[in-house]
Amino acid sequence: VSTVTGYELVVNGAAARVEGAHATDSLLHVLRDRLGLPGAKNACEQGECGSCSVLVDGVLVCACLELAEAAVGCDITTVEGLAPAGGEPGDAALAGDVLTDVQQAMVEAGGVQCGFCTPGFVVAIHDLLARVPDPGPLDVREALAGNLCRCTGYGRILAAVDQVVTLRSRAAITTPGTSPGSPPGASA
Amino acid sequence: VTVLAPDRLADALVALDGDPARTVLAGGTDLMVDVNYGRHRPTDVLSLRRLAELRAWRVEVGPGGDEVVLGAAVSYTTLLGPELSGLLPALGQAARTVGSPQIRNTGTIGGNLATGSPAGDTLPVLVAHGATVELASAHGRRTLPVADLLVGPKVTALAPGELITAVRVPVVPGPGEFLKIGVRNAMVIAVANCALVVDTERRTLRCVLGSVGPVPVRDPEAERWAAARLDWDGGTPPDPAVVDDFGRRLAAASRPIDDHRATADYRRHAVGVMARRALARAWAAGPGRGRDQGRAA
Repeated sequence: VSTVTGYELVVNGAAARVEGAHATDSLLHVLRDRLGLPGAKNACEQGECGSCSVLVDGVLVCACLELAEAAVGCDITTVEGLAPAGGEPGDAALAGDVLTDVQQAMVEAGGVQCGFCTPGFVVAIHDLLARVPDPGPLDVREALAGNLCRCTGYGRILAAVDQVVTLRSRAAITTPGTSPGSPPGASA
Repeated sequence: VTVLAPDRLADALVALDGDPARTVLAGGTDLMVDVNYGRHRPTDVLSLRRLAELRAWRVEVGPGGDEVVLGAAVSYTTLLGPELSGLLPALGQAARTVGSPQIRNTGTIGGNLATGSPAGDTLPVLVAHGATVELASAHGRRTLPVADLLVGPKVTALAPGELITAVRVPVVPGPGEFLKIGVRNAMVIAVANCALVVDTERRTLRCVLGSVGPVPVRDPEAERWAAARLDWDGGTPPDPAVVDDFGRRLAAASRPIDDHRATADYRRHAVGVMARRALARAWAAGPGRGRDQGRAA
């Protein structure tokens, strides 16, 4: 028998009250079912597929393997929180108005087919490029080895990463001082 | 169900002492799978997330040389980073073969040990290094060789109320190798693995096999046999017959079983090949560096 608890998480920069969750619920379930953030996808629930990738205290993890209540006090970023929402911070309803450079590249390069794995890839690619701005081909493959895609064959996703790297390095040359990680519009 | 996440080790030990059945949650990469699939329903949880001291590591001077003291919550990602993999290369290689970046960011060395799966990738390396674990409870502390901590498949010598707080790994002056066979290159549990550490000062080597027995497998006699046949002074490549026989001896020492990942026969063959390769590679990277490395093993 599982008891129902209440606690507060910090998700995409805003405090979010969780009520009615089971104490053994994963962060993935709480994000999707309690906090209305369905971007992280539920597929394998065993850390094999990466479709629930989020950042916890800036570290790329599978939300399905995080006990939600043990993430109290952590800074959680989901795919919804990567782009500026255009409204209040953490306002999920407004997320998606603006795409990050990674999201835009995934669209343009054809890295999105059924789309189920896309949020996980987007979070993992942001994480990679924040740590390694100019990754080699093997760096990219190793960094994305935990994200499965059954549609694209990965070629278009790898092309999207290349596109972002190229665009960010050009932006860094033409506008020195601008953070290479800034999504389009963020520096305006 | 209550979830405790104390930020002081003493508080964690008191909580565990008061309720030894409390489920200890480190990275969660094993535990949460069981929770998600309903195989484990914890009554109460003790999360180690806020115990910052368990995530730290340091180098200490031990009786036999430098020792790396790894907090139990040090992640695989930290192990494979340049600093630690420079000190403990075989452990870095093992960490790099674990799961995905997400899993390596989350999973911990203490969790690998406490879970005690025969397929745990750091286990053979830690045994090869002669590593010890530091255990703590509300009533005291003790240390135990990793080889004694591991009692059987997913069975450890941890007493009720006891936590693994650190893993003490002697730095070995010489090369180390880790090899692993899975059904593919990434994201796999080991079908079989093999760690080999060469101590060029003491002129000894240790080879430990994983996933081919209830606990990591060693054959000290085969290690001494091979060490006595290596050219420690000149570093010339080992006689191929010695390398081959070393692999055959280790294969014979293994005690694999048939399961859903592989057959016992395949595993026995695989560890023989890996032991052979590990010896040839370690020698080429250490005593034989810069020399003709002979035939490919």
